Amino acid sequence: MSPGFQGRRRTTDPALPPGQYLTEDFPVLSAGPTPRVPLDRWEFVLATETGDELRWSWAELMALPQETPTVDIHCVTRWSKFGTSWQGVSLDVLLDGVDTAADYAQAHSYGGYTTNLPLDDLRDGQAWVVHGYDGEPLPAEHGGPARLLVPHLYFWKSAKWVRGLRLTVEDEPGFWETAGYHDYGDPWREQRYQGD
Amino acid sequence: MTEMSYLDGNMLDGPLRELLAVDLSAATGRCASCGMVGPMAGLRVYAHAPGLVGRCPACAEVMLRLVRAPDRAWLDLRGATYLQVPMPTAPSFPRPL
Amino acid sequence: MTAAATGGRVAAPLGWRVARLVQRRVETPTAQTLVLSVPDWPGHLPGQHVDVRLTAPDGYQAARSYSLAGPVDGDRIELTVQRVPDGEVSPYLTDVWAEGDPVEVRGPVGGWFVWRPAQTAPVLLVAGGSGVVPLMAMVRARRAAGSRTPFRLIYSVRTPADVIYADELRVRARDDLGLDVTYLYTREAPDGWRGEPHRVGLADVNTHGWPAELEPLCYVCGPTGFVETVADLLVGLGHQTRRVRTERFGPTG
Repeated sequence: MSPGFQGRRRTTDPALPPGQYLTEDFPVLSAGPTPRVPLDRWEFVLATETGDELRWSWAELMALPQETPTVDIHCVTRWSKFGTSWQGVSLDVLLDGVDTAADYAQAHSYGGYTTNLPLDDLRDGQAWVVHGYDGEPLPAEHGGPARLLVPHLYFWKSAKWVRGLRLTVEDEPGFWETAGYHDYGDPWREQRYQGD
Repeated sequence: MTEMSYLDGNMLDGPLRELLAVDLSAATGRCASCGMVGPMAGLRVYAHAPGLVGRCPACAEVMLRLVRAPDRAWLDLRGATYLQVPMPTAPSFPRPL
Repeated sequence: MTAAATGGRVAAPLGWRVARLVQRRVETPTAQTLVLSVPDWPGHLPGQHVDVRLTAPDGYQAARSYSLAGPVDGDRIELTVQRVPDGEVSPYLTDVWAEGDPVEVRGPVGGWFVWRPAQTAPVLLVAGGSGVVPLMAMVRARRAAGSRTPFRLIYSVRTPADVIYADELRVRARDDLGLDVTYLYTREAPDGWRGEPHRVGLADVNTHGWPAELEPLCYVCGPTGFVETVADLLVGLGHQTRRVRTERFGPTG
């Protein structure tokens, strides 16, 4: 033990999942270079397990009903941030009418990042494709033009620079899930690593 | 500044030597994606992440990933075709091991 | 022979050792050299670094890397730490850590960004801010070994007050044959300095470095953006990529 060392201020709060501490700023985590995607070339692709594809351009995404969720987010590196405000389109809207028997989705991003989630966790008001943060366009370092937002799971599931979803019958582990991180990642059950 | 968020492969030495007896930052690696051969110390390491991600300085593909849990570690080197590690000179190679 | 001296290969995976603070020296208003006692220290090479880990009463831990500033001296090692405002580890090391108190260190680590006194190729050292620390370890090792290898140091700082090791560098530049030291100032230059404060550019590296034909070894250390700039300039001047060794450090402290 290092006498007098406190480290970052850590608080216990019933709204904090186990092992998390509260932060006021918004740390930038990144596993690679920040992709720069011009809006006129941006698209979001939803591919089903049978190979059917639905595509939205930036203008088409903007024309969909918009929501402004305010949520707490929890990063597996142990910081949590309360009351973050976003703007975007609910996955319920994007998945509406999609004919699929898939149980899982793998999100993929500009720059090559991937992450896997159960499809049910993307429905019922639990997930969004967001393009605004705090009333401003989402900055590139935080995943802009658009990122996934799935706040009830650890934040690595909320893929930055999201480009699409691939619906799959089997659970297909993504970038961090193939390197030791948990396939589901529930912060309240502290599912950080495989086997937790 | 976001493009400047990586470090050198030098910094991999401490975390890797928890697992391995050799200093991999002094090793030479071949990128499985573009074939570039160079020192592992020259990788671009993204450390502000759930694990350490070492990318090829030429093509930016992932060559190494290291995730450290309190009681376990995962090392993924599938992005490196080989690692060439300096060894003390031993006589009469090649020969059966 | 120590493990470090045999080229960085060691017999067993590296663990954490307990180190205690022996002494601190103020270098600048924001940088201090910390002398640590580390029992059974295996020795190290100039350019290597250590990881320092702090543990809070509730078990919370934070670790950072710091370059070794001095040559091998038994169980004693020296780190020069730049205090990062709002940093988590460096303010503890510079403001709170008391003599005799323990921290954990792991090292030495890094077998690439090192200079060995047996090397004879000319050396260019380019430092941005506290990036001078591992390069100073090389300057000190050169002197300790009585090496005549030609060294040039280009040291970029914001203002004259930010120069770490200012007094010693003045003496080294005067007494160490074959060592040239050039300062660049980015915000405020001293009286009598020719030119305006500026960020490192092609002319600086061209004028104060070595021609690529001499095949020098170049060591560049500093913030990521600085290292990026200098490494690109050197490669643009014809230096081989593998002879340009870099050590970037990130924004956390």
